[in-house]
Amino acid sequence: MDNYIISTKNLTKKYGTKTVVDGLNLSIPKGEIYGLLGPNGAGKSTVILMLLGLTEPTSGELSVLDYSPTREALKIKRLTGYLPERVGFYEDMTSVQNLEYTALLNSIPEKEIPGKINECLILVGLDKEKSKIVKHFSKGMKQRLGIADVLIKDPQLVIFDEPTEGLDVEVANQILETIFILNRDKKITFLISSHQLNLVQRICHKVGIMSKGKLIGEGSVSELSNNIFGGYKYQVDLEFIGDVDKVMEKIKDLKGVKSVNRTGSTLHVGTDEDLRQDISKAVTSMADIILTKMDIKDFSLEDVYLNYFKEV
Amino acid sequence: MKSVLTIYRKELADYFSSKKFLILLALVYLTGLTSIYVSLQNIRTAAQTATDAFVFLKLFTTAGAVLPSFLYFLSFFIPIIGIVFGFDAINTEKSSKNLSRLLSQPIYRDSIINGKFLAGITTMSIIIGSVVLIIAGIGLRVIGVPPNSEEILRILIFIFICICYGTFWMALSMLFSVIMDKTATSILTSIAIWIFFFFFIQIIASAVANAIAPVNESATLAAQIKNFNVDLSIKRISPAYLFTEAITILLVPSGSQLFLKAVTTADVSKMILSPLSLGQSLIQVWPQIVVIIALAIICFAISYIVFIKQEIRST
Repeated sequence: MDNYIISTKNLTKKYGTKTVVDGLNLSIPKGEIYGLLGPNGAGKSTVILMLLGLTEPTSGELSVLDYSPTREALKIKRLTGYLPERVGFYEDMTSVQNLEYTALLNSIPEKEIPGKINECLILVGLDKEKSKIVKHFSKGMKQRLGIADVLIKDPQLVIFDEPTEGLDVEVANQILETIFILNRDKKITFLISSHQLNLVQRICHKVGIMSKGKLIGEGSVSELSNNIFGGYKYQVDLEFIGDVDKVMEKIKDLKGVKSVNRTGSTLHVGTDEDLRQDISKAVTSMADIILTKMDIKDFSLEDVYLNYFKEV
Repeated sequence: MKSVLTIYRKELADYFSSKKFLILLALVYLTGLTSIYVSLQNIRTAAQTATDAFVFLKLFTTAGAVLPSFLYFLSFFIPIIGIVFGFDAINTEKSSKNLSRLLSQPIYRDSIINGKFLAGITTMSIIIGSVVLIIAGIGLRVIGVPPNSEEILRILIFIFICICYGTFWMALSMLFSVIMDKTATSILTSIAIWIFFFFFIQIIASAVANAIAPVNESATLAAQIKNFNVDLSIKRISPAYLFTEAITILLVPSGSQLFLKAVTTADVSKMILSPLSLGQSLIQVWPQIVVIIALAIICFAISYIVFIKQEIRST
């Protein structure tokens, strides 16, 4: 299992006759932020539960931090922080009391606990809410408290299940920012499951796309888009009235144009820069050609994602 | 083991600061004070007509003209206390999304249910123990008759049985809290079972007994005994009835009580109404005590197993 923090081999989980995770192979190296992406019901959460030993796999091998979740779950849980989807706290206790309980359950020596709690609360920006009971926390604050709760045990690996679910974009970005900083400064490996790709893609070194229990694509965001879109950053779509072939010839000769494809009367031009000006000039300078529509797309993970699901 | 202790301490703190604890405590203390007032009003007559020397125990068993004795109140309240401390043990953790966070900590899964169970027993013991001691204290001050050693022993065993009985109800409602995801369902189911065993079983028992062995005015003694036996056997299905039997025999040692097979007044008149010794009383109630403890263990064992085996699913 070498340098991989998490590795699974043909991991399969069935609930009755329904296969939720189907022959999954994952390898996540140390120090990486890995995004496990996929629509709801793709089996992401089940994978996470199996990694923590909370659910037994039906078949296949897996190891987390070189331990087996089925036999040595306690050792894994000592070193792994897990923030479940929609985290809950004891509502009548203050944030400090909640963290204290977690710390005690992790057998952290009592002398070190107050210092640790302080440190974690400062990290997530909740140090001013110490004596407030959790009932009065907003969703974003609870999520941040969840991160503090995970950090209190000094984890080597942190697993977040839908960390930005139900948060507004600003708060979600703050959470992701915190994850990014923790990964950079503390060298914590992260596994993040999410269906909100455009949010999560910014901080992930590598993403895996899951659908119906299978990993259908893996790599960095740019690698994935290269595979599908031939490696271009932008795609300019053109529609016009006139001789399509003639225009195609003309555009191909333009500087910076990497590819031109045609579907019906629409041309798709692949480029690495925004060439709309050049293209429109070229097209309008031709006689008998009227440009009716021009569009530019820059590829995000969303397109990668949609494209994958088109294929499935 | 350390994690059990951590959870135990946290749950105990939770119980003590919870509103339900304060409400139950107030309720039990109030009824305790009412019943000691009633028994102090009537204890003089009760002591004069008594055939034994256990005056102190009469503090607990003397009833008034309208209000029942402390024993009756207790047999009524202990199940409620037990149910209230158990019905939301596991399913609140689930619905508040705390469970998956707890389970991702480096602890064995059973420490959660063990810690909660122990904390519940402790809280219940404190409520029951304290109210009995308060009554004993007030009684001692007012009637001025100190308990003898046998009475003290009987009271201690009585407290023990009460705690076991409460533990049974707590284990039962905890079982429902493991099986059922909604707290409302689990408390209603527990209360339904309690009402069945407390009230309906008596009606059912006499109905069945009268159907199987009808008793009319000209019935023979044999028929009456058969009727009584059928009635008693059915009632003894109910843990509530077993508990009443056990504590009555313990605290009312003059064995003339209902549970000996005295059917007719002629029988009673032939009986020697001398009190049973502690050993004899214990022999009488031993089966009841064992059954109550066994039921508590069975209920806890089932909830333990179900909780351990329960699959944590993402949705």
